[in-house]
Amino acid sequence: MSCRDVGKIWAAGTSRAHEALANIDLDIEPGEFVVLLGPSGCGKSTLLYLIAGLEQQTGGSLTYFGEQVKAPSPDRSLIFQETSLFPWLSVWENVSFGLQIRGESEPDRRAAAKDVLKRVGLTEAGSKRPDELSGGMRQRVAVARALAMRPRVLLMDEPFAALDVQTRQKMQDFLIDVWRDSGASVVFVTHHIDEAVALADRVCVFTSRPGRIKETVKVDLPRPRDPFSPECEALRKRLTQLLKDEVDRAFAEQEGMAEAV
Amino acid sequence: MASVSTDRTPVGGTGTVAGGQDSPPALAGYTLPEPLREFLPKVGWTLVSVGTFAALWEFLWFIGWADPKLLPPPHVFLGAFADQAKFFNTAQRWAIGVSPDAGPTPWQAVLITVVSSAMRVFIGITLAAILALSLGVAIRYWIVVERLTLPTVTLLSPVSPIAWLPVAIFLFGIGNAPAIFMVVIALFFHMTIATINHIDGVNRNLINVARTMGATKAQIYRRVIIPAILPGVFVILRLNLFGAWMVVLIAESTGVGYGLGQVIMLARNTFNPSLVFFCIALIGFLGFATDWAMRMTQKRVLYWVNDPSGVLRGL
Ligand SMILES: Nc1ncnc2c1ncn2[C@@H]1O[C@H](COP(=O)(O)OP(=O)(O)O)[C@@H](O)[C@H]1O
Ligand SMILES: [Mg+2]
Repeated sequence: MSCRDVGKIWAAGTSRAHEALANIDLDIEPGEFVVLLGPSGCGKSTLLYLIAGLEQQTGGSLTYFGEQVKAPSPDRSLIFQETSLFPWLSVWENVSFGLQIRGESEPDRRAAAKDVLKRVGLTEAGSKRPDELSGGMRQRVAVARALAMRPRVLLMDEPFAALDVQTRQKMQDFLIDVWRDSGASVVFVTHHIDEAVALADRVCVFTSRPGRIKETVKVDLPRPRDPFSPECEALRKRLTQLLKDEVDRAFAEQEGMAEAV
Repeated sequence: MASVSTDRTPVGGTGTVAGGQDSPPALAGYTLPEPLREFLPKVGWTLVSVGTFAALWEFLWFIGWADPKLLPPPHVFLGAFADQAKFFNTAQRWAIGVSPDAGPTPWQAVLITVVSSAMRVFIGITLAAILALSLGVAIRYWIVVERLTLPTVTLLSPVSPIAWLPVAIFLFGIGNAPAIFMVVIALFFHMTIATINHIDGVNRNLINVARTMGATKAQIYRRVIIPAILPGVFVILRLNLFGAWMVVLIAESTGVGYGLGQVIMLARNTFNPSLVFFCIALIGFLGFATDWAMRMTQKRVLYWVNDPSGVLRGL
């Protein structure tokens, strides 16, 4: 996946036009774990939507294995922050939804659902309904649903933001395992520095208004990582500093705007 | 208090006793099956509520405040059942050459009248729901349909269904058709607009999930949008149930055919308060029964929707 000079202006050509992204250059290698880190509203979700093909960019180009991204594809699965499970379907029907869209037979779908649910540790939950599950389990089902399509890129938009700290840590470990055995690349959006430190091969720090990639930090630490090791502390410090500048700048800008009014 | 309860024997074997005053009556060693345990207290409270109202009425009659000629108490208008039922014996009206005595029994007469009114309501609601759902979805699916029909639908939706009554009679004369037409007209425009609003309110993420999985437009509508809007549409249907009953009674009372509305009109014209209250009791019971039936349907068809009333009661 490759993004060249990508820009996105929401509501382009109207009075409410709003530049969310500018000059994004980003390459995602097969099997890589990339984290997009930045304050809320800086355009991280927007970039993910563009990569998924759910929205069209207003500038630059996005290519996937050399081809322009024009429409969504099961090869690039997106996992959302809020629950996006279909409440009227059972867990296994949710997981095999994409296979049903493809027209696969019910026995095939059941078998496939069983297989992915095992990989996310929810073998027993297949016939439950989403509202009977905890938040963490629901997100695991969402991951399973994405995996069932055998994607080569997993796009995750703050998937664990609504979970408590303990559950989130568990989910991060779980995600690393899933990522390892699926071999897919992951683009993971978060505003949590700790999450970036725990997961990333590479962290892209965003600036806001419009969203740009301010700096890319490579992380060459073995997993599982001890969050209190000196290397992790150093990395956390560096990312904190990068984000702090950004937040300071945004605040100063807002104050300036307030005075102008 | 606390020290007293610790002196008692532990409640281990009969754990439900601790549940408080809401726990259902359980005979020793026998607990009722779950649906009944929920159902029986509800029926009990309904009886208590209606009973209190009736008792108050009877009391007012007893002390002479309620004139039995104008406000006959329940034991009067329910007591003379066979007497009242003869007014329901209208089914024979349609048969030529039948002797006036050869009608159905009082029970049958009431049943025929009630069933024919209820069928009109039921058929009308079903038709309105199917038509409104189809048009609402079509309006969002094809922009042409929207441009052609939405302005008209929006324009007609605030028109009171009563205004359509003459049209119903011009078009369909008497019988079932005009009453059903009235129900459809009364619900159709609102429900179409409600359907569109619900489609627009469907969670974007659900649609986007389907899109990333390669679903076509038709698949997205069939597998995501329609299931997602059904609960909301069903609620609209339930809210309009009483409106549907009203419209049917009005249609019947203007003489489109036999039915409860016609009996009420007869009661009015012959100045028969007992019959009026008898009909009111019947209609109240029917509305209650239909609403209950729809709630049961909702539970079965829309099994994934949670009932929020438990939470509200906890406030
Ligand atoms: N569908 C949309 N239409 C118009 N503006 C949008 C839309 N989605 C996001 N935006 C705007 O784009 C900016 C970036 O939003 P987003 O990508 O959601 O940020 P993040 O995910 O980093 O919090 C925000 O200012 C937001 O208001
Ligand atoms: Mg976001």
